[in-house]
Amino acid sequence: MSENSETTPIGARGCESRRVVLEARDVSKCYVLDEIEVHALRGLDLEVCDGEMLAIIGPSGSGKSTLMHIIGLLDRPSSGIVTVEGEEVSSMLPNQLAAVRNKRIGFVFQSFNLLARTTALANVELPLVYSGVSGAERSRRAKEALERVGLGDRLNHLPNQLSGGQQQRVAIARALVTEPSIVLADEPTGNLDTRSGMEVMSILQDLNTEHGITVVLVTHDDMVSRHAQRIVALRDGKVVREEIVEKRVIAHERRAKFDAGGEE
Amino acid sequence: MNLKESFRIALRALNANKVRSLLTMLGVIIGVAAVILLVAIGTGVQDEVTGSIEGLGSNLIFAFPGNVEQGGGGGGGPGGSIQKQFSLDDAEMLQRRLGPDDKVVPVIQAAAIAKVGNREWRTTMAAGNEYSGEVFSADYASGRGYYRSEVSASSRVVIIGASVQKELFPNKDPLGEYMDVNGQRFRVIGTLVEQGGSLTGDQDNQIYLPITTAQRLLGTRDISIIIVKAADATQIDLIQQRIKRALKPRFGEEFSVFTQQETLGILSQLLGTLTVMLAGIAGISLLVGGIGIMNIMLVSVSERTREIGIRKAVGAKTYDIMSQFVIEAIVLSVAGGVIGITIGWLGSEALKVVVPTQVTPWAVALAFLFSAGVGVFFGVYPAYRASRLDPIEALRYE
Repeated sequence: MSENSETTPIGARGCESRRVVLEARDVSKCYVLDEIEVHALRGLDLEVCDGEMLAIIGPSGSGKSTLMHIIGLLDRPSSGIVTVEGEEVSSMLPNQLAAVRNKRIGFVFQSFNLLARTTALANVELPLVYSGVSGAERSRRAKEALERVGLGDRLNHLPNQLSGGQQQRVAIARALVTEPSIVLADEPTGNLDTRSGMEVMSILQDLNTEHGITVVLVTHDDMVSRHAQRIVALRDGKVVREEIVEKRVIAHERRAKFDAGGEE
Repeated sequence: MNLKESFRIALRALNANKVRSLLTMLGVIIGVAAVILLVAIGTGVQDEVTGSIEGLGSNLIFAFPGNVEQGGGGGGGPGGSIQKQFSLDDAEMLQRRLGPDDKVVPVIQAAAIAKVGNREWRTTMAAGNEYSGEVFSADYASGRGYYRSEVSASSRVVIIGASVQKELFPNKDPLGEYMDVNGQRFRVIGTLVEQGGSLTGDQDNQIYLPITTAQRLLGTRDISIIIVKAADATQIDLIQQRIKRALKPRFGEEFSVFTQQETLGILSQLLGTLTVMLAGIAGISLLVGGIGIMNIMLVSVSERTREIGIRKAVGAKTYDIMSQFVIEAIVLSVAGGVIGITIGWLGSEALKVVVPTQVTPWAVALAFLFSAGVGVFFGVYPAYRASRLDPIEALRYE
């Protein structure tokens, strides 16, 4: 992981006129592993603005995955406050959190996390099942989401009949299907080959630029992070650096160049 | 999420693991089938036995030598318990004491070999007096019972049951024909209607002779038991007391007198206990089946921890997960219950060839409710564990 020289100092963040969709304030997370306290996050502050694409980078152990799980409401902070669209979620009960995850947040995992022995369509329908959307409406929306990620012809394939890239696209469709305000992607290209990674990145970037969905992604790949508009670097559980990306990588162009045989 | 969705998810999960689902159900299937089958056998036997006793005719009182209540061996003489047997005189004395309305029948039962030409047949002889036909409600196919004169004269006349007739007189009317019983020549004066098999032995494989003839044939003066038919059913307790009083001077305490009701009561109590015991044993296997379900559900929860994590990550609530697993367990046990009931029912129908069976609604209901209960009871704990999993912990689980 190379340090980038075009960094701006901390404090330049802030959404200015834009709405803050997700905010973490003074968030700490501390695990006890074999009687040893591990401080994954130490008083971290983060704001995610409406419609932005944000990349969180950092070496392993810097707490980026933990942060992702906390803002994705899969995990709770030990202290500090998390708000989603202005609503404080830190004190919510498990079932209330489940409802927020279901309606407002779409999560894309490094390891896809699709249900095995379940068709792509049924996997994408899953969040709608839990939000009470019934039958025909549900499969219509799931089909639409799969078409958006270019898998309209793979509706009834099982995960093990799909390539890694296709599985990740099913996972993105699942994240999209409830029309959330934020999509969180935890190392979305981590388990994929270069070409599939590029496809996934172009889908995520399209979501952001063409549909205005807020995307937060965690990566340790410099190239991947430069698809975002803003990069936040973590180290030892704190934000150590923040950068506005001057020259964003456009996924489509990069993929076209790659397909033409040009090295990047 | 509604129940319909939970059902669909549960069915899909069970369908995805067909062999495992079937093996899990097997415990419940066997348990339920065993409960129904064993209770059916118990009830069938009970009905059969009480039915055959009731079939003897009502208002009967039985007098046995020996004190049944003291366990038979209570005599305590130097030679152990030598029972004093009844004789014909005792029967006659009882008849005199009770008057002509109540019919007293002395009875002997013994093995016998019947022979016609070179056909030989093992059978049982039952001997009584001229009242036998009336007291035991005999159903003659042809001919008649023996007369008083034939009893007093020790006539060699015989009435034969349907099986004996079939074996020894396959192609001709036995009435008036002769047959040998234990080497003596008898004339057939009557045949009985077929009664069908029963637990207490083949009632059709019997021959009936006058009691005096039987005594001479067996070389004894004893009789086995004395049976009294009361003319008035309301007087039965009184008659029982009178019989006891009449026998006391000669036999002391060494005899027993039961009414048919008492005999029935003792027998059905015994057989009822047997049925409950059989049901209990079968119930244990049902319990084991239930524990099997719990085991599989627990395994299934830990095996599917990731799945639970995924479901929670996309918004499943605690009760969504809980209901999914509880429904899975209930579907397993209820399906097992229904299959078990079918097998138990069919099995008890098939067993009717060998043993009388009677499928009782309460056994079916009990087995079904128990199996459903087993599903809920043993499904709730694994489901609770599944529903309480932390989403991130569940997702990390490998």
